[in-house]
Amino acid sequence: MTDSLALVLVPGLPIFGFLFLSMIGKRYFAKQSGLIGTLLMLVSCGIACATAYKYFFVTGMVDGVYQHQYAFKYVWLPFSETVSIDMGAMMDPISMIMIVVVTFISLMVHIYSLGYMKGEERFAIYYSYLGLFTFSMLGLVLSTNIFQIYIFWELVGVSSFLLIGYYFDKPSAVAASKKAFIVTRFADAGFLIGILILSYYTGTLDFDTMIARLTMPGSELTAISTAGFLGISALTWGLVLVFMGGAGKSAMFPLHIWLPDAMEGPTPVSALIHAATMVVAGVYLVGRLFPVFALSCPAALDLVAYVGIFSSMFAAVIACTQTDIKRVLAYSTMSQIGYMMFALGVSHYGGEAGLGFTASFFHLFTHAMFKALLFLGAGAVIHYVHSNDMKDMGGLRKFMPVTHIVFLIACLAISGIPPFAGFFSKEEILTAAEHNNALIYWCAIATAALTAFYMFRLYFSIFWNKEYVGHLLHKKDNHHNDHAHDHGEAPWSMKIPLIILALLSIGAGFIPFGNFVSSDGRQLASEFHLTAALLPVSLAIVAIAAAMLLYGKENTGPGRIAGGAGGLYRGALNKFYIDEIYLFITKKIIFGFFGTIAAWFDKNIVDGFMNFLGMVSENFSDLLRRMQNGKVQTYAVYVFSGLLGIVLLMVFLWT
Amino acid sequence: MSASTIIFYILAAITLGGAILAVTSPKIFRSAIYLLFSLIGIAGLYFWLNYEFIAAVQVVVYVGGIVVLIIFSIFLTAGAGGDMKDPVKVRSLFAGLACLAGYCMVYFVIQRSEFIPALQPSIGSEVKTIGEQMLSTTTHGYLLPFELVSMLLLAAMVGCIVIAIKTRTAK
Amino acid sequence: MKDIGLSHFLIVSTMLFFIGVYGFLTRRNMITMLMSIELILNSCNINFIAFNKYLFPHRLDGTFFVLFSIAIAAAEAAVAIAIIINLYRARKSIDAEDADSLRL
Repeated sequence: MTDSLALVLVPGLPIFGFLFLSMIGKRYFAKQSGLIGTLLMLVSCGIACATAYKYFFVTGMVDGVYQHQYAFKYVWLPFSETVSIDMGAMMDPISMIMIVVVTFISLMVHIYSLGYMKGEERFAIYYSYLGLFTFSMLGLVLSTNIFQIYIFWELVGVSSFLLIGYYFDKPSAVAASKKAFIVTRFADAGFLIGILILSYYTGTLDFDTMIARLTMPGSELTAISTAGFLGISALTWGLVLVFMGGAGKSAMFPLHIWLPDAMEGPTPVSALIHAATMVVAGVYLVGRLFPVFALSCPAALDLVAYVGIFSSMFAAVIACTQTDIKRVLAYSTMSQIGYMMFALGVSHYGGEAGLGFTASFFHLFTHAMFKALLFLGAGAVIHYVHSNDMKDMGGLRKFMPVTHIVFLIACLAISGIPPFAGFFSKEEILTAAEHNNALIYWCAIATAALTAFYMFRLYFSIFWNKEYVGHLLHKKDNHHNDHAHDHGEAPWSMKIPLIILALLSIGAGFIPFGNFVSSDGRQLASEFHLTAALLPVSLAIVAIAAAMLLYGKENTGPGRIAGGAGGLYRGALNKFYIDEIYLFITKKIIFGFFGTIAAWFDKNIVDGFMNFLGMVSENFSDLLRRMQNGKVQTYAVYVFSGLLGIVLLMVFLWT
Repeated sequence: MSASTIIFYILAAITLGGAILAVTSPKIFRSAIYLLFSLIGIAGLYFWLNYEFIAAVQVVVYVGGIVVLIIFSIFLTAGAGGDMKDPVKVRSLFAGLACLAGYCMVYFVIQRSEFIPALQPSIGSEVKTIGEQMLSTTTHGYLLPFELVSMLLLAAMVGCIVIAIKTRTAK
Repeated sequence: MKDIGLSHFLIVSTMLFFIGVYGFLTRRNMITMLMSIELILNSCNINFIAFNKYLFPHRLDGTFFVLFSIAIAAAEAAVAIAIIINLYRARKSIDAEDADSLRL
């Protein structure tokens, strides 16, 4: 199988699934649509893994450097001879890693949804949307051209909109999907401007050409660096605006407001989109343009780093107070993506100094595993308890043993406890931060401790804390989802992905990631400093102990601390009022002020002009109508006057 | 200023005065009578030019026939009572302007052109000469138009009767 | 006869012509419109006679033209009166302002 065929099939099978299931499957294969979708995804995942294997171990490396290879590339929309939008598939380390991650997590979610979404009325549509999303994400990571990535970026946003708003009869879900789409769309406006700036100065839209022109000293680089606006060079503006797009998609502060609300979608969707794949698109984008960031515009890279670490800490603080388990996981995602961002931000290009780059993508890889596991496990819990809130849970370890074990593994992984996967990736990030930026390093250590605390707060609140009595009330519950099953733990279709992901959360850390992904394509030996690892690990253990004390058994500790913290607690509980600020700005300032002016202009001036044209036309035709009044003498006047005119012309004026 | 000149001006005044009064008088019957005077004035002009036959034909046909016909139709359509309605102001303004413009144009043309009188002697305009010329078929003979006009008169008569006949409605 | 040239006659006939046109365009009664038409026709007749007398005294073409014109004018007046009477019977009015649509 050639690379081009493989990389056509890998996104091609999911989109075929989308078209087939949405058009035909809905009618005729409603019950089997889950299996069809899963089968297509299985084949796609297999081909993706095979292609990645072939790239990394057989064909990719030339002279010790991983090459950018093109499986196929053809000109789609030529603007001129030099500038065109191409559609293609690029094979390089990060895109290969991403297709493995995306297809694998998507496959796990497909299998899980067989059990979770069983009995849903719109089962086929759900799987078709999953296929659409997977196609869009794969197209995004395989893009060769910055406009192609933008196209797939928007497609991913659309798929996310469709999936978040899947329960469209719930107004909160509809509002959440709208919010997600609008916020990311707003960020994408900045992205588009950034694309235009960069492509204007480099004269191309192709990634490799653009990166080459922006990093080699030459006319384009000097032009873009000297041209400025408000004292900042055009290159910085371009990169910052492109990062704005990435920040919107990756839920960085202040464009993070959509992510907690996006938890209204079904839980497997949250696992796929808002944990493992879509939200890392921003990280991927910065990684794709990393040479430009690192070599030509360190200022933009600093911005990336500080936004990343701030989002990370911000989210960690909020997550300590939330009671909806999916919200806790959403903020945890935001925090971890902040880790990936600042890891890129502190990295340099090439060799040892490029450790941050490798660490970021390593964390992306391991995070996908355990975050998906956390979400799917939370889904199993929600499926059992029929509620999202921590207050309705507690003591579930007796009723859901498998879920309990895998959830514990995932929490240990995310807290960075050895030998689980998260430990290795976090270590690399902290090492990179320590070498480059002390402030960020200490903030990251603090965040790591907070991460361990709130994750284990979550774990203990669900599985320990109090005794679970909910199952005694179940007979009085009415099931709004028509599940025909007894209330045991999740079915096997839900347990298998949990187990597979748990195994990977344990084992993925031992992959020598530096051999595959690094900032300049050369292999980077992963270092392991035991002494450097001591501090964060011990802090994490302390945090876990604190969580156990506060939440292991029901007590008044948390209440007292919340009372003592007072304002800080209330602020964190209300997500620091960011949503209220946005509402104020949009409602009062934009709608109230600019909106009313624009509406006045539209109604009076634009409409008024149209009415004026209509009135002119009406009056003119009225005037003309008078000419034809049926009276002979009027016509005779016209004839006579015309005759006089002609006589005048012919007798006097014609020579 | 010989007498014939004065007579010409008097005849012209009668003609034009009658015409103006005919088109501006509000009473229809008076308008018809003014038209009658105007036509008699024209006949007078023909007499002044020594075309007696034409003048006689004018009096007999126009004055004695057409004006009488008009008066008959005034009575038939019951319009001889009070004043007629005023003409539409806008139209009369434009008509007046157009007529004035036209008159000035034609006057200008008349002023510009030179009329070269003929040198050959007059042929005379007795009835005998007119009759011989009209009914001859040689050059300058007008027999054919004469016959055609008579057919036209016949057609006109028949047409008038057909148009104005009262159809008998079944009772 | 020597003092009154052709142009005098032409001016008289022109004035008569335009008076007739004015009357035709202005008068509301159809019969008065007919009278104005007679004035126009007469002005043309004066024209022909004058040209015949002054420029072509050896020929009688103008005379014959006038004769036939008078005859035809008579026929035309008769037909016009017939039409007016017909219209009067249909609409009970001979005001030209009222006759402004082809359908009753």
